[in-house]
Amino acid sequence: MSPADRFARLPDLLAADSDLRRRGRWLDTDLRIDIGAEPFYLTLREGALADFARGLHLLRSVAFSVSGTDEAWQRHWQQVPEPGWHDLFALTKRGAASFDGDLRPLLQNLQYFKDLLALPRRLPEMN
Amino acid sequence: MAPTLDPMVGRYLRLEIDGIAHRLYFEEAGPETGGGIPLVCLHTAGADSRQFRHLLADPEITGRFRVLAFDMPWHGKSTPPDGWEREEYRLTTASYTAAVRAFCHSMGLDRPVVMGCSIGGRIVLNLAIAHAAEFRALIALEAADFQQPWYDTAWLHRPDVHGGEVCAALISGLIAPQSPPVSRHETLWMYMQGGPGVFKGDLYFYRVDGDLREKVKTIDTRVCPLYLLTGEYDFSCTTEDTLRTAAQIPGVEVQIMKELGHFPMSENPAKFREYILPVLNRIAR
Repeated sequence: MSPADRFARLPDLLAADSDLRRRGRWLDTDLRIDIGAEPFYLTLREGALADFARGLHLLRSVAFSVSGTDEAWQRHWQQVPEPGWHDLFALTKRGAASFDGDLRPLLQNLQYFKDLLALPRRLPEMN
Repeated sequence: MAPTLDPMVGRYLRLEIDGIAHRLYFEEAGPETGGGIPLVCLHTAGADSRQFRHLLADPEITGRFRVLAFDMPWHGKSTPPDGWEREEYRLTTASYTAAVRAFCHSMGLDRPVVMGCSIGGRIVLNLAIAHAAEFRALIALEAADFQQPWYDTAWLHRPDVHGGEVCAALISGLIAPQSPPVSRHETLWMYMQGGPGVFKGDLYFYRVDGDLREKVKTIDTRVCPLYLLTGEYDFSCTTEDTLRTAAQIPGVEVQIMKELGHFPMSENPAKFREYILPVLNRIAR
């Protein structure tokens, strides 16, 4: 399963995590996540996914985006990730991922987003 | 039924640092008979002395060492100096060094061991550079002469972002994935409790004022032994940063700690114990 295929399971993973949705209950934002060359568009309302679209949508407006290489996400989602691949900021520091756009909603809800983007780690076929 | 009490005792110390009156909170624990080698512990940026509570409660350590951990001014239960509301807090190499030396002097400690983590580790390097003869041994955890910044500290203190939550969320990734969840979240809780702008002010020392490149080459470990220990999951002070620093200091002892991150003493006390006990045993010999 490719990293993008793994990320495509995000709606089920978030739906199953009531604690993460509780922590994100103040959050409404639109963002884009690039898994390698494949973009995903997330519409978050009160911490839940109101919409989740895979593939390029031209002129779709988002507040911010998080981009990472296939290798970055694959290693980030290992059940016990290796040093230097275990955190979003470890990825950005090494140049394997980047943040762009208005980062205020990201920083206002940083632990939520870190945990959201680590959810594919829970998929059994990942390990 | 008798109450269940942790062994450490907390008190407030009145002292002057650079001529300014301060009231510092500290905790200590040592041999029941008194004495012991003084071991002063320095917490990380934006946190407080509770990070060392497991060392303070470890009889194998407190049987030989008088362990003291104080909250830096502005941190924990140490209040900021009078008039704090009219200034922006900024820690500097000079003010941090003065605070550590003033604590040791005011407490009457005879050539203590000083162990610091992160910014505490960086200032330990400065103690080795500038004041080595005052100390029995120096232990720098998660320390290097310089580290590449990995985020903009402007996010740490502004009205539209919760300071405590963003500080904790940023540093959460510096904790190793193997660390027990309870210890991870206790470590994060301390960051959530920091005063507004304090973590940011500490990082002024770390990023702007405390660049020790070149200066570490002057450290003479014959005057005072120096130990460097860094966790492999620390991507702020990387193992490469510490090894690069160690390569410039003849006689330094360096150890990379497996399955640990930037907060070894609080994120995984049992694992840290495996690494720090041999160091303390050598110092106590």
